[in-house]
Amino acid sequence: MAPLTVDAARALPGPAWLVERRTAAAERALASPLPTSTQEVWRYSPIDQLDLAAYHAPAPPSAHPPVTGLAEALVQALAERSGLVVTVDGALVHHQGDGLAVTEAPAELLDAVPPPHDALTDLHDAFAASPLAVVVPRGKAVAAPLVVVHVVTGGGVLACPRLVVHAQEGAEASVVEIFVGADDPAGALVLPFTALVVEQGAHLRHAAVQALGPTAWSLGHAGSQVGRDASLRSLVVALGGRYARLRTDAALTGQGGESTLLAAYVGDGSQVHDFRTMQEHLAPRTRSELVFKGAVGGHSHGVYSGLIKVHKGAKGTQAFQTNRNLVLSETAHADSVPNLEIDENDLACSHASAVGPIDAQQRFYLEARGVPPEVADRLIVLGFLDDVLARSPIPGLREPIALELARRVEVAT
Amino acid sequence: MRLVIDQLRGGVPEREIVQGISLTIGPGEVHAVMGPNGAGKSTLAGLLLGRPGYAVTGGSVRLEGEGDPLELLDLPTWQRAQAGLFLAMQKPLEVPGVSLVDALSAGFAAGGRDPSQVGARLAEEADRVGFERRFLDRPLNVDLSGGERKRNETVQLGVLQPRFAVLDEIDSGLDVDALRAVARRVEAETTERGLGVLVITHFSRVLTELQADHIHVLSRGRIVASGGPELAHQLEAEGYARYEPDDQDALPAPGLAPPVSAPDDDPFADPLA
Repeated sequence: MAPLTVDAARALPGPAWLVERRTAAAERALASPLPTSTQEVWRYSPIDQLDLAAYHAPAPPSAHPPVTGLAEALVQALAERSGLVVTVDGALVHHQGDGLAVTEAPAELLDAVPPPHDALTDLHDAFAASPLAVVVPRGKAVAAPLVVVHVVTGGGVLACPRLVVHAQEGAEASVVEIFVGADDPAGALVLPFTALVVEQGAHLRHAAVQALGPTAWSLGHAGSQVGRDASLRSLVVALGGRYARLRTDAALTGQGGESTLLAAYVGDGSQVHDFRTMQEHLAPRTRSELVFKGAVGGHSHGVYSGLIKVHKGAKGTQAFQTNRNLVLSETAHADSVPNLEIDENDLACSHASAVGPIDAQQRFYLEARGVPPEVADRLIVLGFLDDVLARSPIPGLREPIALELARRVEVAT
Repeated sequence: MRLVIDQLRGGVPEREIVQGISLTIGPGEVHAVMGPNGAGKSTLAGLLLGRPGYAVTGGSVRLEGEGDPLELLDLPTWQRAQAGLFLAMQKPLEVPGVSLVDALSAGFAAGGRDPSQVGARLAEEADRVGFERRFLDRPLNVDLSGGERKRNETVQLGVLQPRFAVLDEIDSGLDVDALRAVARRVEAETTERGLGVLVITHFSRVLTELQADHIHVLSRGRIVASGGPELAHQLEAEGYARYEPDDQDALPAPGLAPPVSAPDDDPFADPLA
């Protein structure tokens, strides 16, 4: 197992430009300090516990592992799909189906929606084994989703799955990413980056389901750029990980562009689910709606911090942001910090945030119908999360995810 | 099987509102507890089912039949419901994301009944009280009007088939036709299955549709008069004035302790208002 060195990054296979890019990124990553919780964007997080010495570089994948558990259930539920891709520790091992072309990402697409730069983004660039691109050609509409399963082996591996989806002008497509594995005690450090480029008049649906093992760290980025009269509908379901963070940067760059950003998360044990979101309006008559809902049980912790940023000239912007958290135990807690930054007067904007226990009167109502309190709580939590799932951009995910949530909520309540 | 409410006392924290209520409801009987605002009507309903925010300070609520009496106050709410007690709420609340069929199926399953029957039974019961079937798939009470919610309570009563039902202001929000439909449904339960009913109401309007065998007048947490249906007519004509004591602390009620409320408290205030 190779430690995280420049040489290890250089040794990953790929074309010369990619090897060069990885090498340079590794040099930067290993020379710069990791983020700390004194930085506002890492506030409330356990980032200070991150020790890169505990992780090693991904080895070349030996074989296509069996897709099991939740990933298998989801793949089966999405039987009608335009393709199936499997990566192992970020390396492409399987691609089947010809509905959408999946290729190695060209350099220009890799930097299409870059995450804010820090040592971790360099680390990702250094060890991303197979940065992938899905290009939906101009005017092409593909109804069935492309399913991408990212398997992480565990044992302390650093895995950097990377996917860029480029919906060209007038194109329509759906992509589902599923993150599983790292179920062993050594876990993994996962840096999953997704970039969604939605050109003029294109419509993209995206879902990401994170169900990594309980010791895994996942520090992810989801960047999107939505052009004129284009739309993005996205869903994040965060279930696994010891510390699972996702930074979402959703930019509306063209007039009339729309993004819908949904998330559901359930925490238990000592999990930390951490979401940082940015809805950025750069063009007139753009609309963004964000609804993130979570339930925290056990000793788990939920963090939500979101910013709506409306630039001058983005007239007629509509921006909405909602974060609600149900706290299921006295030792669980959630932080919710909504923010607005507005340089334009002509707009409609709102944010709402809530953190609280299950409503005792709602529980009573169900109990008065003969429902035991623990069952009532489960129904209420699932109902609470269902209004996110009901709006899933990939309708086929609603039922299998609801089943998985029911299983996890049973543990958490 | 009889529902025996025996010297029941209780209220909200720091304040006893129900101050010793006793009444016995037999199978098929309809009892109405009537009283002005603040008399303790909703508190009575809350105490009977164990609603959060209410605490019993004394007395007993028992199911008495052939075997040993069952003390309901020792049971959590859901077991009281499983034992056969039902509450139709004054203000049925919304439970977002939880459908009627899921809620009642969970109740059936917990009681060892077959939950696969619930869907079909709900449709039947909805038709009987004019509750639109399309509302059955909605999350509980979400976006329903006050009247629809009351029909919904009646639908649930019909499916759950309790032994005793507490109907808390069942008529509020209902128009005449809806009230009639609800009353017919409850009445059918009393005659066909021997459902015992405790109607809690401010106005006698509901009693023109649902015939009560026994009327009890509640004032300041105590039953101050009991009688037959004629008592409801009298209340309709005269109001509650004659049952309202002139002197705040001089209500004649031998053997009962005085209210524990501080003198400055308004004894008529609705604790949930």
